[in-house]
Amino acid sequence: MTDLAVKPATAAPSKSSDDHSEGMSYLESIPRQLVTLYLPLGIFLVVLLFPFYWMALTAIKPNNQLLDMERVSPFWTWEPTFQHISKLIFESQYPLWLWNTMYVAAGATALSIAASVLAAYAIVRLRFKGAQTIGGLIFLAYLVPPSILFIPLSTVIYNYGLFDSPMALILVYPTILIPFSTWLLMGYFKTIPYELEECALIDGASRWQILTQIVLPLAIPGLISAFIFCFTLCWNEFIYALTFLQSVQNKTVPVAIVNEFVDGDVYRWGSLMAGALVGSLPLVILYAFFVEHYVSAMTGAVKE
Amino acid sequence: MVDATFPTQRAPINEPTAWSRLKTNRQWLGWWFMVPALGFLILFLAYPLGLGVWLSFTDTKIGRAGEFIGLENYEWLGGDSIFWTSVFNTLLYTIVASAIKFAAGLYLALLLNKSLPFKAMIRAAILIPFIVPTVLSAIAFWWIYDTQFSILSWTLKKIGLISTNIDFLGDPWNARWSTIFANIWRGVPFVAITLLAGLQTVSPSLYEAATLDGATPWQRFRYITYPLLTPIIAVVMTFSVLFTFTDFQLIWAMTRGGPVNATHLMATLSYQRAIMGGSLGEGAAIATAMIPFLLFAIMISWFGLQRRKWQQGADND
Repeated sequence: MTDLAVKPATAAPSKSSDDHSEGMSYLESIPRQLVTLYLPLGIFLVVLLFPFYWMALTAIKPNNQLLDMERVSPFWTWEPTFQHISKLIFESQYPLWLWNTMYVAAGATALSIAASVLAAYAIVRLRFKGAQTIGGLIFLAYLVPPSILFIPLSTVIYNYGLFDSPMALILVYPTILIPFSTWLLMGYFKTIPYELEECALIDGASRWQILTQIVLPLAIPGLISAFIFCFTLCWNEFIYALTFLQSVQNKTVPVAIVNEFVDGDVYRWGSLMAGALVGSLPLVILYAFFVEHYVSAMTGAVKE
Repeated sequence: MVDATFPTQRAPINEPTAWSRLKTNRQWLGWWFMVPALGFLILFLAYPLGLGVWLSFTDTKIGRAGEFIGLENYEWLGGDSIFWTSVFNTLLYTIVASAIKFAAGLYLALLLNKSLPFKAMIRAAILIPFIVPTVLSAIAFWWIYDTQFSILSWTLKKIGLISTNIDFLGDPWNARWSTIFANIWRGVPFVAITLLAGLQTVSPSLYEAATLDGATPWQRFRYITYPLLTPIIAVVMTFSVLFTFTDFQLIWAMTRGGPVNATHLMATLSYQRAIMGGSLGEGAAIATAMIPFLLFAIMISWFGLQRRKWQQGADND
């Protein structure tokens, strides 16, 4: 507890990455390393990244090269075109779908983080009767998958009059996000020294003031992690969006791509891949800025 | 914020005004702080979970309230060969994909744990399949597996290994293996990066001591890495099994359960029956049938966590 308390911000696993810079690696010769380390790692990287390369390449290939694999090598193109992407943006409802996805993700994330901050603080710091049990139940909620909930939820949503409205998703996604972010934030809150809160209590601060003025500023890395992870999960969510949204203009990007872009056209691949590329880019860019937070969110929730 | 939305509770009768007591008493305050989270979870998780089990005992259709019919849905499913195919597929999909994800993920984590140039960048790149929405990468796989213009078939033909295109998603077994591969592809980064976080907590001095004592690399892995990693492996694999078992989007984006229902998982079949076919009761029965398997996975997770606490020799605070 105390050693963690010294640096609350580094609950992330990143701190140990530069610990053993040399280690015992000098015992292995370069050729040996080449075979046992770089070669397998290279294969992994190629396999893991190839689909994105292929997606991006298809999105900028002109139609006449798309299906012609004999005259030009399919692995590269010298005549990139923005035809698919511009068709996507100007001739389809794609910008609308992108907006829907972002709106739903932002709304659900904000709601979940607000609820999780309160819940996590109560469980970790207020220690009311039954806090441990509630913590355990929330963890169990993390293990209930959407696939077994979407049927009853669709009737619930219908009865609440939320069917085919983005509001349905904003209200339902927190069930996926709250358990996760509560556990993540509980981990962060535990690392904040209790003494700080005691001082504030003696000075007459209310619990609300302690939470907003002492705990939250210290837990900002945790909040960022939770935010990024929740946002990504929302963007990625499919089954609820597929079930609850009917009309074309309300759909989110993943659902719209599967349902609206798949037509009989042989050249549909260009626009499909452009749609997939543009739909992934915002997340990849967000991720690129916050890799460490993302990784700590992912590993933190598992470790807790 | 909470105060405004919460209806007044049974007020305790006490000397500092009841209101100030509600504001400061830890017990009350704790529950007040829990209200938003519990509200969401009860309304949209616990209640639907119960409702789903109830629906599975009724003959509800879309737009028509159902009546209690006991176990009829389950009896009907018991004689439905498509349902059993979907159970078989789900188990095959889960077992094969999870086993390979674990092996490949652990191997990748061990590779990444060595000293490498550009380690942070490599790690960031490896996680990308996990970031990109599953449906979008599934569509990329769909294109890669295309019957006529598959880049895989093209490459294999150029190398000279095959003479005709492989029908990746048209043949039942090919389709199963192709979807399993796509699932592994998406799952490996998660397993690898979480196990890597576990590996980084293992002190290098243990390896140095073992090496001095003449341990082989395999012995170092078997007697140092593996035992220290067991708790985190238990948790990661539970999550991995759970999410593989209930997978929906990958299959739906790539095959929609085809060809001839050969790749239906229980989740996709229940969607097809309940939402597209309209028989909510029957779909709910398929979904409910997944619960025993999930409980089994959760039990494993529970015992994994217990063992971890015991190993650390302290309670989880």
